[in-house]
Amino acid sequence: MSGASPAKAKATTVEVRLPSRLGYEKVAMSTAAAVAKLMGFREDRVEDLKTAVAEACINAMEHGNRLNEGLSVGVVLSAGPEGLEVKVIDDGKGLKTLPPKPDIDRKIHGEEDPRGMGMFLIQALVDEAEWVAGANGKASYVRLVIRLDPPSQ
Amino acid sequence: MQSETKSRVDQITSPAGHPVSVLRFEGDIASTSKEAVLGTYQALPKQTTKLILLDFSKVDYINSSGIALVIQLLIEAANSGQKVFAYGLSPHFTKVFTMVGITKYAGLFPSQQEAVAAL
Repeated sequence: MSGASPAKAKATTVEVRLPSRLGYEKVAMSTAAAVAKLMGFREDRVEDLKTAVAEACINAMEHGNRLNEGLSVGVVLSAGPEGLEVKVIDDGKGLKTLPPKPDIDRKIHGEEDPRGMGMFLIQALVDEAEWVAGANGKASYVRLVIRLDPPSQ
Repeated sequence: MQSETKSRVDQITSPAGHPVSVLRFEGDIASTSKEAVLGTYQALPKQTTKLILLDFSKVDYINSSGIALVIQLLIEAANSGQKVFAYGLSPHFTKVFTMVGITKYAGLFPSQQEAVAAL
C-alpha cells in the first residue's frame, strides 16, 4: 500500500494491473477483499465487493479491451475514512447508455439473452457505481464505492 | 487462472420415491464451464429425468457468465418439463441468485438433506 503522512492522508491507494485475460479478475477480487478486510468491512460486504469488482474487471476485459491481451485493465483502490473507492480502467470508449435491468421471466422464455447481468450485479452490490467514458475515447472507467457505514434503509 | 469446473452426476431417490439426478459441481462456474454445466445436464435422459438437484457446495466462485449458464440450464429444463432445485450455495451467492430471480425457477436449500426432503 502506498500512503501519505497522517496529517495529509485522505486515502491509501493500492493499484493492480491485470492482463485482459478472463480469470485474472480474481487477482483484483483478492486484492480488493484484502483491502476491505483491513478497513474493517463486514464479511458480507467484502463478498459483495468481490463480486462487483470481478464483474467490473470482466466487463473491462471483454467489452473495453475486447480481450486484447496487449491491453491491460487498471484497478485502483482508494481506502478513505468513509469507505473504499475502486476504479476499474480499460482502453475502451465507455458506455453510452446503461443496459436495462435483467428480467428473469423474459430470459427463461427466450425473449432476452441469458447473459448480461454483470452491470446489474455491480449496481446492486455496491453503494455507488458510475461509468465514465474516457475523454479521448480511451481510459474509460467504472467507479465503485462501498461505504463503511451505509445509511440505514 | 480459473479453476476447472468438475462435475458428476449421482442418482438418488426422494423420500416420496421419485428418482432425482444430482449434478455436483466443483471449482469455478464461469464462461469456461459450459461443458461442465450444460454438457453434464444435456447428457441426462430427458424422458426419465424429471427432478434435478444442483449441488454447489464445492463451488467457491460464480460470475455472471456462470449464472447465465445456470439460466440456460433452467430454460432447457423448463422446456422439458423438469423441476430444478439447488443447494450448497454460500450466503452471498444465495443472495445473488435471489437478486437475479433464479429462485423463481429453482428452489434453493441449505443442504442436500433439506432439498431432498422438499421434493
